[in-house]
Amino acid sequence: MRPKLQLLDKPLVERILIEAFELIHDPGVRVAPYVVELLRAAGISVQDGVARIPEAVARRALQSVPREFYLYDRNGVAAVRYGRDAVHFDPGSSCLNILDPETQKARPAESGDLVRLVEVAEMLPQYAAQSTAMVCNDVPAEIGDWYRLLLVLWHSKKPVVTGAFSASSLHVLLELLAIESGGGDALRQHPRAIFDVCPSPPLNWSEFASQNLVDLARAGVPAEIVSMPLAGATAPVTLSGSVVQHAAECISGITIHQLAKAGAPIVWGAAPAIFDMRSGKTPMGAIETAMLDVACAEVGKYLGLPTHAYMVAGDGRVIDAQVEMESGMSAVLGALAGINMISGAGMLDFLACHSIEKLVIDAEAIASAQRLIEGIEPRTETLATAMFGQTGLSGEFLKLKETRDLFRKEQHFPSAVVDRGLAGSDGAPDILHRARARVEELLAAYERPALAANREAEIIAFAQREGAKAGLMNLPAISPTESSALAS
Amino acid sequence: MPENSYSAMRQSIVDGAPDTASDLARQALAAGVAPLEAINEGYVPGMHDVGEQFARGQMFLPDMMASAEAMRAAMTVLEPELKRLGGERPSAGTVVLGTTKGDIHEIGKTLVGTLLTAHGFSVHDLGVDVSGEKFAAKASEVKADIVGVSALLTTTMRNQKGVIESLERAGLRAQVKVMVGGAPVSRKWAEEIGADGYAKDAMSAVALARELMEAKTRTANNAALESA
Repeated sequence: MRPKLQLLDKPLVERILIEAFELIHDPGVRVAPYVVELLRAAGISVQDGVARIPEAVARRALQSVPREFYLYDRNGVAAVRYGRDAVHFDPGSSCLNILDPETQKARPAESGDLVRLVEVAEMLPQYAAQSTAMVCNDVPAEIGDWYRLLLVLWHSKKPVVTGAFSASSLHVLLELLAIESGGGDALRQHPRAIFDVCPSPPLNWSEFASQNLVDLARAGVPAEIVSMPLAGATAPVTLSGSVVQHAAECISGITIHQLAKAGAPIVWGAAPAIFDMRSGKTPMGAIETAMLDVACAEVGKYLGLPTHAYMVAGDGRVIDAQVEMESGMSAVLGALAGINMISGAGMLDFLACHSIEKLVIDAEAIASAQRLIEGIEPRTETLATAMFGQTGLSGEFLKLKETRDLFRKEQHFPSAVVDRGLAGSDGAPDILHRARARVEELLAAYERPALAANREAEIIAFAQREGAKAGLMNLPAISPTESSALAS
Repeated sequence: MPENSYSAMRQSIVDGAPDTASDLARQALAAGVAPLEAINEGYVPGMHDVGEQFARGQMFLPDMMASAEAMRAAMTVLEPELKRLGGERPSAGTVVLGTTKGDIHEIGKTLVGTLLTAHGFSVHDLGVDVSGEKFAAKASEVKADIVGVSALLTTTMRNQKGVIESLERAGLRAQVKVMVGGAPVSRKWAEEIGADGYAKDAMSAVALARELMEAKTRTANNAALESA
């Protein structure tokens, strides 16, 4: 039996949806000029930038969303399944700071930091996908979004959760992905990336977000709505009220998206949080934030849609018991909720900071969560009596063939990041030292999965051309020999 | 004996396959291979591999138990022939093993015994809840090289010191090395009570026992040189 967590009963989910459909009609949803004609053509009234979406139109849009789709790795292998109760994890994204590996103090992230994180995530099976995890401060801001995607594609084969920073740059990112995939058709058939698109709470699809929804739908590249109600600040203080707002933002976004291209893949995603009434912060590690994530996903599942949430992040500023307690708990809750993509691992300090050491610790929490949802299986014909038939009361189960045959299925073996007593009673080094050692071990074993030389040359030529527009003279974190040899 | 037969023996230990290990032993004897050669060239290297793989985290306790069982199966075939030829497998050392008084936890101590046996030690397992006097009496009786004392509880851990005192009272301490282990036991504790070594797990206990035997041999040699 697959264990499941459920926070909402059916009557409550239906009430949430009834109110969400009411909200998208009254007061309606703020939309950008880019989509006004599209909406009006579908019979939606738009006045003063506010669209009033009838329930029937929204329900038709919800019906045309694919219930399931895949992201593919570079070799065209389906690596992430969006749909039903599949559970995957990826590192958190778009962070500004990195917890310096040496000093363990936050500093602005650079391209070398992103590459290290990508290399480590590439080696950890717990992460089914990469993310464009950091904004690289050594790269001009106006090209920050495609450059970080370039670094991920250059150093990884896994699918990527990414996003554009503006309406116009989306096309640059899509061009880069198409080159890497071998053309626009190849990208549509085997999409390697999914793009987060965020409405502004409450109920506002900005120019940038509206345009991204439409353009992604038309490009046939999956979109992931990341709706972020802040309970008590930009959303109702009640958890159930915030879930209503989340549903309304997702339904309105899906309506825009499906009107642009019915049947295009899109995900019911969330990064909600409570608003802390003492500090004014948005604690990602709060249990109520995790409850919002789970409840939002439940509503999406009720509609039969693929789901996403932002979890496995902690709020302390250093790797400590608080951060790991918060991250571990939400990893377990997200897995039990059957959320298809759970983003956020590696992040701390209210999503302001990434840590590669935390990423390897979180991988252990994720592995435990993954084991948990495998559940308890009856693996032998009799559960225990036949084994007792062999041992009697001697207690010598360690010698049984069943023990040897089944212990690997029953028990997950964590890496040395988790102290399981292998270092003896004299003790293992502390968690930070163990995590650092694990990072070094993974980096030492990592090898860059190179693309075919002609494809790499195309990517480099693209990067040099686009980079030059922003005054970028070299390609940070891509070695000069690689870039000059390939471009010549 | 062809090389590939030795490697098959070695592999039978790594695989933890008692039937294969004993079949290969019988075939070796039928082919006229000296039992000691089969042990030293075939099976012992297998146990060595097992130890290494365990240390690297590639093998687990049930695998080691199966390997030890395969070793026992091979030895059951080879030892009678060895004796018939008037020889015996040179013992790696004689160990008296037990869980300390007041403590009935057995698994760790039994694992150590199984692995020590598989690595060629003669092991006398006194079981659980063993008093210092019993350890001393057995050590004297079998002329033990090493006494191994296990404890799982912080309360019974103190009795490890009592075993050392019993060995001292019996006048055996100079000849017997003492190794201690168990969940609450640490290197510091071992030093504090005057034990000769601490092992964090069963494989480390084998390595420690070997080290203690080397140290013992060195001391004996030095003593012999000094008296000469």
